[in-house]
Amino acid sequence: MAIEWRPKADMATLRERARLLASVRAFFAARDVMEVETPVLGQGGSTDVHLVSLATQARTDKGQRRLWLQTSPEFHMKRLLAAGSGPIFQLARSFRDGEVGSRHNIEFTMLEWYRPGFTLAELIDETTALVATLIPSPARQVVTYRYRELFHTHLAMDPFTLSLEKLRGLAAERGQMAAGALDKESRDTCLDLLMSMVIEPTLGRGELSVVMDYPASQAALARRHQDSDGEWVASRFELYLEGVELANGYHELTDAVEQRARFEQDNLERRRLGLVEVDIDERLLAALEFGMPEGAGVALGIDRLIQQALGKARLEDVLAFATPDC
Amino acid sequence: MANYSTNEFKGGLKVMLDGDPCSIVENELVKPGKGQAFNRVKLRNLMTGRVGERTFKSGDSLEGADVMDLEMEYLYTDGDMWHFMKTDGSFEQYAVEKKALGETEKWLKEQVPYTLTLWNDKAISVTPPNFIELEVVETDPGLKGDTAQGGSKPATLSSGAVVRVPLFINQGEVLKIDTRSGEYVSRA
Repeated sequence: MAIEWRPKADMATLRERARLLASVRAFFAARDVMEVETPVLGQGGSTDVHLVSLATQARTDKGQRRLWLQTSPEFHMKRLLAAGSGPIFQLARSFRDGEVGSRHNIEFTMLEWYRPGFTLAELIDETTALVATLIPSPARQVVTYRYRELFHTHLAMDPFTLSLEKLRGLAAERGQMAAGALDKESRDTCLDLLMSMVIEPTLGRGELSVVMDYPASQAALARRHQDSDGEWVASRFELYLEGVELANGYHELTDAVEQRARFEQDNLERRRLGLVEVDIDERLLAALEFGMPEGAGVALGIDRLIQQALGKARLEDVLAFATPDC
Repeated sequence: MANYSTNEFKGGLKVMLDGDPCSIVENELVKPGKGQAFNRVKLRNLMTGRVGERTFKSGDSLEGADVMDLEMEYLYTDGDMWHFMKTDGSFEQYAVEKKALGETEKWLKEQVPYTLTLWNDKAISVTPPNFIELEVVETDPGLKGDTAQGGSKPATLSSGAVVRVPLFINQGEVLKIDTRSGEYVSRA
């Protein structure tokens, strides 16, 4: 059998990709946001229980070391922020093992940027402005939804107060899982399933949808605050375009003690689940301890945005070589 | 049988689901921005032929199903079971129930090779060849000279199937039929 060596993306698409990346750089240059490049490898990695990191061995000045391929450039970029970089952006190769599909590739490009002094609302404005620059037509209205409101609208229930037992039953049914398949699963797993299977497909249809006020348990590296209902929520937003999640932004957590506690909690959960524990990024924690400026940051899957801009069915249609062909 | 994890679910993989053997049609990763990943899987139930969707947590696994396809010639029916014989020279025979035969019953012809799907060595479905040649046993008399387009009529074939054929076809003629659509293709 002949070896398939040609790219899946055609040359016209790759030229369009190059043009869109140039527009991204122009967008940030006009706003005086500095482009940076940080390492793909790190001595620490993401402890996020739902991300699978790739790791490699390297001979360093300290001998043989396990180094983690970064799942996003977040930790290195925050160290730059603490060192006084001011606003920065990066088009960073990022790696998430096992993520393969029409919207996923193990190796992908993350557009990530940080805005010291920005509120979440200001960053949402900038993110939607960037999307509108790259996909100018049709013009899309930005519509903001609260997490709670989406569950009320689409599932007639309250994600914060519905009993766990009822939530498991509802999620299994609406998520097309076997009855009882979620009986040992957490509240967040059930909510994630309903979000992915029922709500997400409806978002961003003819508009740009922004989702806010996620449960506090889904904060990751965002701060938490009490919303207008008095519920503790994550200071985080997600952006959706035509049913596809494009970006995830945070009002950044700057508290080193809280950050360490979250990393350690993740690793405890990893141990409980029999997953590999990931080395905590001590350099990031030291940088937070030194002091990172207050502000907001966002990670945007630029491959997906290019896919949407060019109307392609699969992510591999906009990549020179997707992982199966690498 | 081995167990297969969601990341091994590929089109054509045979797995057990709710006690029935199934063939995987499609597997798509779905993941919210942050949080648990799931696989939305389309499967064909090999007992019923129905295609359905089921969601799994990424990393969950299913038991493999001992399913294989074998080519066999149709021999005869004793009215209760339908008998087929392997074409590999072993003369090994398999008896098939009416339920497993399904729609294929109307496309049976002796000595024609069919694909039998076996689960744990028992036939669960029979697929006819895409094209089969069958004799017309009953139809209205053909209209002489009408070999151009225009009109069709029902014809009963030797296997029992009734298909629409052009008006010029006569009883006793052998026709080529597409078994997937049940449509007349040409005179054989």
